[in-house]
Amino acid sequence: MSGTPALRETARVRLPVLRATHPAQFRAVTPTRLAVVAVLLGMAGLFALGVWRLEIDTSRLLSGFGQMLHFLTLMIPPAPTRGASLEGVLLALVETLGIAFLGTLLAAIIAFPIGFLAARNATVNQALRFVTRRGLDGLRGIDVLIWALIWVGVVGLGPFAGVLAIMTSDIGNFGKLYSEALEAADRKPQEGVVASGGSGLHRVRYGILPEVLPVLAGQTLYYFEGNVRASMIIGIVGAGGIGMILTEMIRTMEWQAVSMIVLLLLVVVALIDFGSGRLRQRLMGRA
Amino acid sequence: MTQGAAALPRLPAERLEPLRAGYAAVRRAQRRRLLLALTIVMALALLSAWVAEVRPAVLWERGDEFFGYFARILTLEGGERAGQWVWMDPAEWFWGLHRWLPLLADTLLMAYIALLVGGLGGFALGLLAAANITPSAPLRWGVKRALEFCRTVPDLVFALIFVIAFGLGPLAGVLAIAISTAGWLGKLFSEVVENIDMKPVEGATAAGASWTQMARFAVVPQVLPGFMSYALLRFEMNVRAATVMGFVGAGGIGHVLVEAVRKFYLNDVAALLVLIILTVTLIDLGASWLRRRLLAAEMGR
Repeated sequence: MSGTPALRETARVRLPVLRATHPAQFRAVTPTRLAVVAVLLGMAGLFALGVWRLEIDTSRLLSGFGQMLHFLTLMIPPAPTRGASLEGVLLALVETLGIAFLGTLLAAIIAFPIGFLAARNATVNQALRFVTRRGLDGLRGIDVLIWALIWVGVVGLGPFAGVLAIMTSDIGNFGKLYSEALEAADRKPQEGVVASGGSGLHRVRYGILPEVLPVLAGQTLYYFEGNVRASMIIGIVGAGGIGMILTEMIRTMEWQAVSMIVLLLLVVVALIDFGSGRLRQRLMGRA
Repeated sequence: MTQGAAALPRLPAERLEPLRAGYAAVRRAQRRRLLLALTIVMALALLSAWVAEVRPAVLWERGDEFFGYFARILTLEGGERAGQWVWMDPAEWFWGLHRWLPLLADTLLMAYIALLVGGLGGFALGLLAAANITPSAPLRWGVKRALEFCRTVPDLVFALIFVIAFGLGPLAGVLAIAISTAGWLGKLFSEVVENIDMKPVEGATAAGASWTQMARFAVVPQVLPGFMSYALLRFEMNVRAATVMGFVGAGGIGHVLVEAVRKFYLNDVAALLVLIILTVTLIDLGASWLRRRLLAAEMGR
């Protein structure tokens, strides 16, 4: 312990020598620092521009937060109201889960063969692969809410449009995920199948599928969790589920019903995540 | 081949039989499990179809309208070349570009401001939720539940409520996206902080560093690349979220899109979809390029 001050003294004495031998380490202004400062300034400038363009000012913020506090007091206690009975809300929740489940399932079934077309090691033809991939990119580029809006125009208001919307946007997601999983498959079993006289189809069936199937199932389940969340909001454009009731309750400012629905949403999402997480672990464990 | 195979000694039948039987039993069990799983999935699918009012007949009857819709939005409705594909006359197709581009810029700014605000919130909450930095278990539990709440409630629900509290406009959208950003980034940040190597921390402390010096020289260099990479990923998500905020009146380009869809300004729908897909794709490409560079810089160190 008593050595520390002595050490410090020696270091202090040597400081000028150190400065002279390693000038680069002691410069206050270095290119890296300048670059960091420039990036930070740029970010701050962009932030200021945004605040100005989007007309964000303190008076609006303050009055808004005041309103929010007021709404929060009105939300307690959570309770069903005239517009949203407990049965109606629970039924809508079941409908939401149904939309998410069916949408995910249909998307998985349709995307499964597409994933093969889009995978480098399982595709039929490179040009076809390119076209498939771009098509999948397009499907993914459009938000599920926009798909819901389009499907509502085709099959009318209601949960069916929601199923189709989730299906459409997830075909893009699954197609990409599946093709990536297929491409990441180990080459050795495939080479083994081919070396023992298997055809291309045999290679895919016995060399790739057994390895990737649990992975695909796990990813599908993971997306199901996300789709439960998505199916909660597509009701905003009239595509069924709890979102329809929630939107109506918010717009008519029935805050007690709003807080009840949000609480139920939290519970349902937690349960689904827990159950699907367990299932995923079992799937992956068996792989 | 056959001779080589024939040369291999076969197991005697009495030793082969139990192996065969065991293999068959395993296969049977596998099949039974698969069948059971398929039955459950089918039952759930049928139940869902009933609950979700699936009407295949309607889809069969009007399914072509879905593709017909895309054909119609891609066919010019007015101008000299009416009836031809939209790309024959881009000037007519993108007639509203001068109005849409500023809105698109606003959408990006919304995503950006929400990222900064939500990122700061997520940073603070993430530190509070990290087990190796925050010793108080009840505080950690509370922060984690708060983060879960921010993540789980869809941003559009927040936006719907904020539109009433803060008025129509981008402010409501920015706040809504910022809240889900904070919830998402907070969780990932706390995981990054929990996974740091504690040796530099101990080293800095042992060398007499104060808490701030320790954080600056032992923690920040370790977590910064992870934070930045997650923040960039979140920016991509925010851009997607900001494009639909207009659906509930919370600012950005979504408002024009929903109006175009509802009022059947078909060519506008196509133009806006193209703009949105282009923007989202460009942002994704740019952000993943930046992420790769960050990672490469980190590896090169």
